[in-house]
Amino acid sequence: MITLLIDGKQVEVKEGTTILEAARQAEIYIPTLCDDPRLEPYGACRLCLVQVKGMPRLVTACTTPVAEGMEVQTSNEQIERIRKTIVELLLSDHPNDCMVCEKAGDCTLQELAYFYNLRENRFLGERRQYAQRDNNPFIERDMEKCVLCGKCVRVCEEVQAVAAIDIAYRGFNAKVTPPFEKDLNCEFCGQCISVCPTGALIGKLSIGRGRQKDIQKVDTICPYCGCGCNITLHVSRNEIIRVSSSPDNINEGWLCVKGRFGFKFVNSPDRLKKPLIKKNGKFEEVSWDEALDYVASKFREIKDRYGPDAIGGLSSARCTNEENYLFQKFIRATIGTNNVDHCARY
Amino acid sequence: MAGLATVFGSGAMTNSIPEIENNDLLFVIGSNTKENHPIVALRMIKAVRKGAKLIVADPRKVPMVRFAHLWLQHRPGTDVALLNSMMHVIVKEDLIDREFIVMRTEGFNEEFINNLEEYTPEVGEKITGVPKEKIIQAARMYAMAKHPGIYYTMGITQHSHGSDNVFCIANLALMTGNLGKESAGVNPLRGQNNVQGSTDMGCIPNLYPGYQKVDIQPVREKFERLWGVSLSDRPGLTAPEMIAEAEAGRLKAMYIMGENPVLSDPDIGHTVKALKCLDFLVVQDIFLTETAELADVVLPSACFAEKDGTFTNTERRVQRIRKAINPPGEAREDSWIIMELSKRLGYDMKYTNIEEIFQEIGMAWPAMAGITYSRLEKGGLQWPCPTTDHPGTKYLFKGGFPRGRGRFTVVKYRPSAEEPDKEYPFVLTTGRILFKYHTDTMTGRVDPINKVAGEPFVEINPEDALILGIEEGSKVKVSSRRGEITLKAKISKRPGKGVVFIPFHFKEAAANMLTSSQHLDPLCKIPELKVSAVRIEKV
Repeated sequence: MITLLIDGKQVEVKEGTTILEAARQAEIYIPTLCDDPRLEPYGACRLCLVQVKGMPRLVTACTTPVAEGMEVQTSNEQIERIRKTIVELLLSDHPNDCMVCEKAGDCTLQELAYFYNLRENRFLGERRQYAQRDNNPFIERDMEKCVLCGKCVRVCEEVQAVAAIDIAYRGFNAKVTPPFEKDLNCEFCGQCISVCPTGALIGKLSIGRGRQKDIQKVDTICPYCGCGCNITLHVSRNEIIRVSSSPDNINEGWLCVKGRFGFKFVNSPDRLKKPLIKKNGKFEEVSWDEALDYVASKFREIKDRYGPDAIGGLSSARCTNEENYLFQKFIRATIGTNNVDHCARY
Repeated sequence: MAGLATVFGSGAMTNSIPEIENNDLLFVIGSNTKENHPIVALRMIKAVRKGAKLIVADPRKVPMVRFAHLWLQHRPGTDVALLNSMMHVIVKEDLIDREFIVMRTEGFNEEFINNLEEYTPEVGEKITGVPKEKIIQAARMYAMAKHPGIYYTMGITQHSHGSDNVFCIANLALMTGNLGKESAGVNPLRGQNNVQGSTDMGCIPNLYPGYQKVDIQPVREKFERLWGVSLSDRPGLTAPEMIAEAEAGRLKAMYIMGENPVLSDPDIGHTVKALKCLDFLVVQDIFLTETAELADVVLPSACFAEKDGTFTNTERRVQRIRKAINPPGEAREDSWIIMELSKRLGYDMKYTNIEEIFQEIGMAWPAMAGITYSRLEKGGLQWPCPTTDHPGTKYLFKGGFPRGRGRFTVVKYRPSAEEPDKEYPFVLTTGRILFKYHTDTMTGRVDPINKVAGEPFVEINPEDALILGIEEGSKVKVSSRRGEITLKAKISKRPGKGVVFIPFHFKEAAANMLTSSQHLDPLCKIPELKVSAVRIEKV
């Protein structure tokens, strides 16, 4: 273990911990744009600059490992002036359109601008202007809003192992792009959207569906495969408009294309809305009472005539434990047969 | 599941997903993990990047092969020969774990060893098509690893000898002592959100909730007391048997909740014919599926986002799902529908809320007795979790196997039931793709997914395509002894020569028109979906 001082507070951490991680463990806030605990340290945004006693220059907390007896200062006038300037520079070529941006209310850059009270910008320079022409159906890429933190590039390679995008060109012209500036062609897991600190990457399905403040969030489990990923449904007006996942859950916040984007079926107009009984070969909408009475009478009739073993039930690997329990109980206790199975074999 | 239950006493993943990270070797066989369990695959990749070795055994060059140190491209249906041959090497080179075998297992006897004697790497190569050097290498890599994990899915189980395949995997782990410890074990990855849960809950014809047998009298009496009715002591029919009995006219009515067997089961022609033979069919679903269209009554139900309850994932983790929105129109929760029906049939199921049902599950099965909704608020819990202060079980068999000793099984290679021949010279194997899910009732209603997933296709090796004069995108007719479908060809090196792959999601060219419902595994009754003989013709 290594002991160091951060802002005068004694902190004990494991060897190999970075200053940023140590500060977080001690609940000391250091602003960042490019850091994600699930990714390798990168040191791009420079917002996490701190003063270490004995070092001639400020260092990035995210890439500097702690050392025994280190004394760290996370904030002073010089540090804050530099951080403010960094944010100003980022905003100097950033579209000033928070009022229509999907990310508003959940945007790290917006938070920083608010924190440093940046209404006027001292640097009114050139603006990067990029045409939006990506035809993929899932991810809206607005590179004018990109701060080049590289999180999307890194998550795509480090976590998803796809490497569909990278940073091309240099200096002011640097931008994140698929090879040869083609349209995005990837697994569409949307990991990049989940780590983007600005409105540069947005899920197309949620555009225009509701502001952050109107959204109710409900934690639940993905309905697709058996991984059991924890998801959060973002709901507005009885409609799921987005799915996210928290970084501290069993799936570490990562999802696949189905989990992140496959929710539209819930509000599909094809959903069954009324019980149906087939009369003369055609389905007719009926009331619940009529449908349930009819089913019960048919089951009773068949059970009386042929015995309970003439009836069978298939339960569902899509339904809950409670429903599965009730279903087999219904077949066994109510009908009186063990003819119950589900689709484990397919 | 029945396979593992036979040799260990319970059938589920022995380890947890986070433990994958600390495997030093991963043996992935018959699992297209990157497409079918994408988030499990991320953990596997993480392990590989931390230095673990990865062996992938698959007839297709599935995406995980990209990360593999060794790829064994065995012919479909030859898993027993491959695994026996690996075990032959392990025994011959004395890489077995003697202490584990003596203390924890039974059946590692002369008969077992003599049987492996036949499966030399040369024999293995002849049957599987995998060069013997690779078989030897794989055997050494697995046996010498300290924390090897085996991962498999339907590529192992959907065979007429699926249980044999599972027995071989169990044998391999048992002889090397790789069970009952952290980050080493046998891990069937379950394909659906709650397939583990429906099995746990006793939606199986011979098992009550918690794997308790219906034909054991004290067990039955326990459930008779719990439910207050007398129960049948005859094990019931499995799903494939129900379809057969319906066709034979002995099964008269079916109640199908949230399943679409018309598209998911083998031999669609046969399934449809059988369901039409029924006097009465009730289907309860969220959409008018291909199966619902055949029903006499369709009951509209609520989907996952419209109700409360629990799902159990592939690693035995029980987790809460929560109601976020209201169901459309008059659609109702499945639980409400079942209770209403039961009441009308004279058996009143009285629960005032969903949690009361969950509490009754704990009474029926001690392994879940310690889980409560309030505990689940802080995150999922893995069964067994017998008491409310129990932390749940990360990995199984730490203190021993539920059946006492882990059992070795003598397994002989049997060819698949339908081998290719002159008339039907290709082996068809079916499966899923990343963008689609099962019978596509859900993903098929997400426009962006349809846009990228495209049309149904048959994957065919370039060499075969050349001989048949088929080009990328050509329309081809694929036929088997059951039926035929027409779809586009996708020329790809993923399948080996003589093997074709069709995803089973698409109703417009349903792979299960071609598969057979006749070739079932004798123990599990699972159909042989991974090997059918087909013919390919250019249209």
